[in-house]
Amino acid sequence: MNLTISKKWPFFSWLLALTLASPFAAIVWQSFANDQDIFNHLYQTVLPDYIFNSFALTVAVVAIATLIGVPCAWLIANYEFPLRRYFQWALILPLAMPSYVVAFVYTDLLECAGPIQTSLRQLLEPDTVGTHCYFQVRNLGGASLMLALVLFPYIYLLMRACFNEQSSSLINSARVMGCNTWQTFYRLSFPLARPALAVGITLVAMETLADFAVVKYFAVSTLTTAVYDTWLGYGSLAAAARISAIMLLAIFLLIGIEKYARRQQKYYQHAVGQETIVRPKLKRPQQIITLLFLSIVFFAAFLFPFLRLIEFAFDYFSESWNAEFIEYSLNSLLVASLVSLFCLLFGLIFGYYKRLSQSKTREVPGKLASAGYALPGTVLAIGVLIPLTMMDSGVNSLFKSMGTSGPGLILSGSLFAIIFGYVIRFSAIAVGSVDASLAKVPPSLDMASTTMGLSPLKTMFKVHMPLVSKGLFVAALLVFIESMKELPAALLLRPFGFESLATYVYQFVSDEQLELGALAAIVIVVVGLIPLIFLDKYLDSTQPSNSKHAKRQ
Amino acid sequence: MKKLVLLFAALSSFSVAAQQSVNIYSYRQAFLVDPVVEQFTKDTGIKVNVLFAKQGLAERLEREGEHTKADVVMTTDISRLMEITNRGLTQSVENKTIFENIPAHLRDPKNQWFALTTRVRNIYASKDRVGKIDISYEDLASEKFKGKICTRSGKHPYSVALVSSMISHHGEAETKKWLQGVKANLARKPQGNDRAQVKAIKEGLCDISIGNGYYFGKMLADKNQKAWADSVHILFPNQKDRGAHVNVSGMALTKHAPNKEAAIRLMEYLSSANAQKIYAEANMEYPVKPGVAYSPLVASWGEYKADNLEMAKIAANREKAMKLIDEVKFDL
Repeated sequence: MNLTISKKWPFFSWLLALTLASPFAAIVWQSFANDQDIFNHLYQTVLPDYIFNSFALTVAVVAIATLIGVPCAWLIANYEFPLRRYFQWALILPLAMPSYVVAFVYTDLLECAGPIQTSLRQLLEPDTVGTHCYFQVRNLGGASLMLALVLFPYIYLLMRACFNEQSSSLINSARVMGCNTWQTFYRLSFPLARPALAVGITLVAMETLADFAVVKYFAVSTLTTAVYDTWLGYGSLAAAARISAIMLLAIFLLIGIEKYARRQQKYYQHAVGQETIVRPKLKRPQQIITLLFLSIVFFAAFLFPFLRLIEFAFDYFSESWNAEFIEYSLNSLLVASLVSLFCLLFGLIFGYYKRLSQSKTREVPGKLASAGYALPGTVLAIGVLIPLTMMDSGVNSLFKSMGTSGPGLILSGSLFAIIFGYVIRFSAIAVGSVDASLAKVPPSLDMASTTMGLSPLKTMFKVHMPLVSKGLFVAALLVFIESMKELPAALLLRPFGFESLATYVYQFVSDEQLELGALAAIVIVVVGLIPLIFLDKYLDSTQPSNSKHAKRQ
Repeated sequence: MKKLVLLFAALSSFSVAAQQSVNIYSYRQAFLVDPVVEQFTKDTGIKVNVLFAKQGLAERLEREGEHTKADVVMTTDISRLMEITNRGLTQSVENKTIFENIPAHLRDPKNQWFALTTRVRNIYASKDRVGKIDISYEDLASEKFKGKICTRSGKHPYSVALVSSMISHHGEAETKKWLQGVKANLARKPQGNDRAQVKAIKEGLCDISIGNGYYFGKMLADKNQKAWADSVHILFPNQKDRGAHVNVSGMALTKHAPNKEAAIRLMEYLSSANAQKIYAEANMEYPVKPGVAYSPLVASWGEYKADNLEMAKIAANREKAMKLIDEVKFDL
């Protein structure tokens, strides 16, 4: 790498990373406090089961989400078939669905006492009294499937952006060389997309490990359960912190293994994608299979739960209407927009530090800042409170020493806390996406631009931005939608008088009474859909986005 | 830097309340607290802000220390009340009105916390398959109910409190045996909330479930859930011996309450006949103030004998109870 950067950049990157990692550090620090008893007790009783469940759940969710997400991305990026344009964005919609909502809808419907099994029983054996179940959903399998349904769009989005950006001349060459579709996929496109897949899988795995709501609905006890039990049941934040730290270690280990496995590989994108992508048309039978597959995915992951919500909302309209929805929506929008802006900015700072610095530790700040993603929300919230309240009391003592009364809790008692918490929770998404996008820009471009006398900042805006803008947009959007839905951190970090859609819905979800919160849940989904519409326009990428910039220059 | 200061100012303005106000950290859902406090605001002009979270409020309060904005903490379970008291996050309230309204056994001896309502851990039994029987918590471990019992997670505070009370009465070893017996009798892995168990009885998956009493009233009031409630009897356990296990919801004044005066007025109000009546009517819980009538529905379930075990004992055995529940792998 030949670009030199100003000295401020590394300093700022590290400072930022350490700030973002401070809650995590607080948790780790807590984990050294004495609690040996509780930890040992857990270890001797339920912890092995929890570890197995967490491990099995993560593997299963990643596998299922990949099996759904990659084919969807591949089909939509590379083939022409009816309704392709609709499915292109329809498959992102599940992202707007909070997982706790989807989990409620499906457990309610499919459980042994739910309407489906009940009708089956009435139909098949109307005279029997002692009832039995046809199938169980509240188990590891059910929870895996559910989480995969909610999380596969990560993999789909990242992989599709990646397949789209793959130079079609490469694909065409492969075809000319006699590769059939399958060979083109697994010998060329798939290996090229591996960094993106790695990011997607990491996000899915971290999200799965941090999940609390879905596993609770599905009665699966995982390490997250252990974190909550130790902390809230036994009152030992130390033991809870220790378990969280172990979970994080596992995540870093996974990322490390993946990195190591492709240490020899470097792929870069063709500099400017001027060529238009020509998508071959699918034949009739293939079309039918494709449409069937995509429809089932869309129906199960979005349409059905959404319709069910509408049904609940109609049924319980008078109980669930609340005149303050607009205020809640605006609050949600405000927080989500600010958070996605900050995350993107920070992602860029870390991404560029990593790209431009020669330092051996240049990857560390980004990784540090990503640690918050795997922490269960409530634990993260406590982690956030520790440094913020410390700073607050510092400020107040300072005021006191000057003889005036302090300003109170300006950090931990204001919106700052919630935004800070969200940024920590979701900067992993931005860091990962920015990284994956930047990794595809060949360093030769940087060198060329340096030769031409452009400063690093100008290189960033004039050379890189046009190439990676799509990836950045996806990153900002993912963060936005996640922030709309995120709960445990919001509940605990919000100031008095601040209610968002998610916190409002949660009071019903927490009591498994989603019916009453259905209307607000619909608003969450709808508000989440707004940016998705922009995304569709932006991502519709038969025209690569950079051509626009090329013209302007 | 100037901009940063402005940003902070803007951000913190969110949390500044205009007129006289009281701030509540509530473990109870806001929609349950609102009807009561709205009346208070109407009467006094004091604004009430409720911040609901299911977990972690005690930690937040502790971290905020003397700068906290929270005046009152409301909980749904004795263990939480004791938790904030034991951590030294509360202060005592010596108030004649409150003392008159809340009987001595339903408040902390040092006046750190006060119960607002009591709730019974009832047993629900299928009308068709079990009927109105005499039953005790001990019976739940008996062979005759093999494969017939449904319950929510053993880790839920309500379940833990019941196990704690069993430890108080029978000791740890006995209670562990009992838990193993109950687990062996379960029709399915613990899952869902208290209502979901009644639904399962209606569907014939089990015959007996454990659940708080007010859920019965709430199910009857819900058009889709009425059929579930109609399929069961609500039973009061251990009526022939110590009485049914009772838990409380309650309140405490925070140690550094910034609006102490208004907060105490709110606490007075919450213990008053007016507020107690709303609790009884809307939430179908048992009011603590003597003389306040039960809701007609709750009254129709009849008088019952309550286990008079001290609340503090239930909270004290909490950790032991959690450990036993883990040891028998109740939820797994």
